[in-house]
Amino acid sequence: MNKSKDSSIVSIDEMVLNMGPQHPSTHGVLRLKIHTDGEVVSKIEPVIGYLHRCFEKHCENLSYEQIVPFTDRCDYLASMHMDHAYSIAVEKLLDIELPERVEYIRVIIAELQRIASHLVAIGTFGLDVGAITPFTWTIRDRERVLDLFEALCGARLLYNYIWPGGVSHDLSPKFIQHTQEFLDYFETQIFEYNELLTGNKIFIERTADVGVMPSDVAVNFGVTGPSLRGSGVDYDLRKTQPYSIYDKFDFNVPVGEGKMGTVGDSWDRYWVRMVEMEESIKIIRQAISSLPDGDVHSAMPKRIRPKKGEVYSRYESARGDVGFFIQSNGKNIPMRLKMRSPAFCNLSVLGEIAEGWMISDVITILGSLDIVLGEIDR
Amino acid sequence: MDSTGIFEIIKSIDGVDLDVESNFISASPDSLLELAGKLKNDKALDFDFLMCITAIDDGDSKSFTIVYNFHSNKHSHSCEVRTQLALEEEIPSLSDLWKAADWHEREAYDMMGILFKGHPDLKRILLPQDWEGYPLRKDYQVADYYHGVPIPKDKSYWE
Repeated sequence: MNKSKDSSIVSIDEMVLNMGPQHPSTHGVLRLKIHTDGEVVSKIEPVIGYLHRCFEKHCENLSYEQIVPFTDRCDYLASMHMDHAYSIAVEKLLDIELPERVEYIRVIIAELQRIASHLVAIGTFGLDVGAITPFTWTIRDRERVLDLFEALCGARLLYNYIWPGGVSHDLSPKFIQHTQEFLDYFETQIFEYNELLTGNKIFIERTADVGVMPSDVAVNFGVTGPSLRGSGVDYDLRKTQPYSIYDKFDFNVPVGEGKMGTVGDSWDRYWVRMVEMEESIKIIRQAISSLPDGDVHSAMPKRIRPKKGEVYSRYESARGDVGFFIQSNGKNIPMRLKMRSPAFCNLSVLGEIAEGWMISDVITILGSLDIVLGEIDR
Repeated sequence: MDSTGIFEIIKSIDGVDLDVESNFISASPDSLLELAGKLKNDKALDFDFLMCITAIDDGDSKSFTIVYNFHSNKHSHSCEVRTQLALEEEIPSLSDLWKAADWHEREAYDMMGILFKGHPDLKRILLPQDWEGYPLRKDYQVADYYHGVPIPKDKSYWE
């Protein structure tokens, strides 16, 4: 096996393979230019931008309220997180205090969304390595979360629910009851997933020790979220720099321990997501038990017109650290809005960690990173 | 550590200043590389994360501001560094220090036309390679045609 590290020297037995843009394993319209030596990958160049929708350019022509539906469409598997992240940034810029009930509702919704997003991540990851049943199970359970959201705001995927200064609708008592029923049901389901997938011998053979991402590489590439925690780095904004009211809840931050292989392998990244869902259940239960009364619209500004200035705010979404940099010039539309997309940074590490693995392992590694192209391309 | 404490450690570098009101550190393009090296390697600072690079058009597409947001996981502190540069002026790339800078700098080049000196592969990332102009500049004009396809500009076309 002679690996050619320099891309300008193409050895005779090297072949360039295009995976995507239309490929079931790339989780969207992503193209991977894979340089292979036989079955072994010598270099990967991700080619992105197929889903570019000029999000940042749009934002320079829209008022602050009108941007919320656009943030929905960035990460379409965790729309609530994007709305929440954007709303926190605007609220920082406006310097407004929120009613407690709004904060509690937001936390409940955000954690339900985290469960829904992780369910897709786990299901499709199983599908990538050849396990079909877990996918149908996770999608079935995610459906129940989507039903909850539909009852909450009428939409199933793109919610436009969390607005700067509040939320669009208050929770109904029925929603609380249905959420509790879902949590009771879902707790037993996690046990079933572990039986079906986590400890499955074939699954472990396919994922453990594959695509090991050392912690220093992950940090250097700016990888965040469950992918970083899989590498054993204890970094969760909900714990280290608590926003909203996360400091009031008692929950753990799972990190990869290398239970089935090495710390930072694909199995660890999967496992962190699995445990995070359990932690989300804990947070939701605590939030529901202490949900205060109040008016959810009381702090909502009639017009959003922030003072001149800039803000950079960060948020822990299902995929990692979402950042919004907003520059205001005192008008009702932002002067410049930049979104730091977590999956964008998470994908950039692929070329580093997938080198030297087989093509079938590249699919495993990509699946374990859990990318959403809508958010990468913006 | 807050911005004042961070500034105390790095103030010996030429061209570095602290903006107390808005809480950021300003640096000249020449001093950026030295500053970045210190931010990353100084034991008391230890900024291991480069979170975000934002390129801003200052309004007339003649001068630009680059905003770097750093975070240290070990000390759990953050800082913001800003650099101003004129049109066509080059700025050193930080991709040797933080690999995360690679794609962020490519994006800044793609959208705003910022040139990064020493970047390993400075090419467009989100737009097609043959795209003309830098869309996030304030003076950007949408072309009439793209590969022979007319681009509708009249709002009645889609509203």
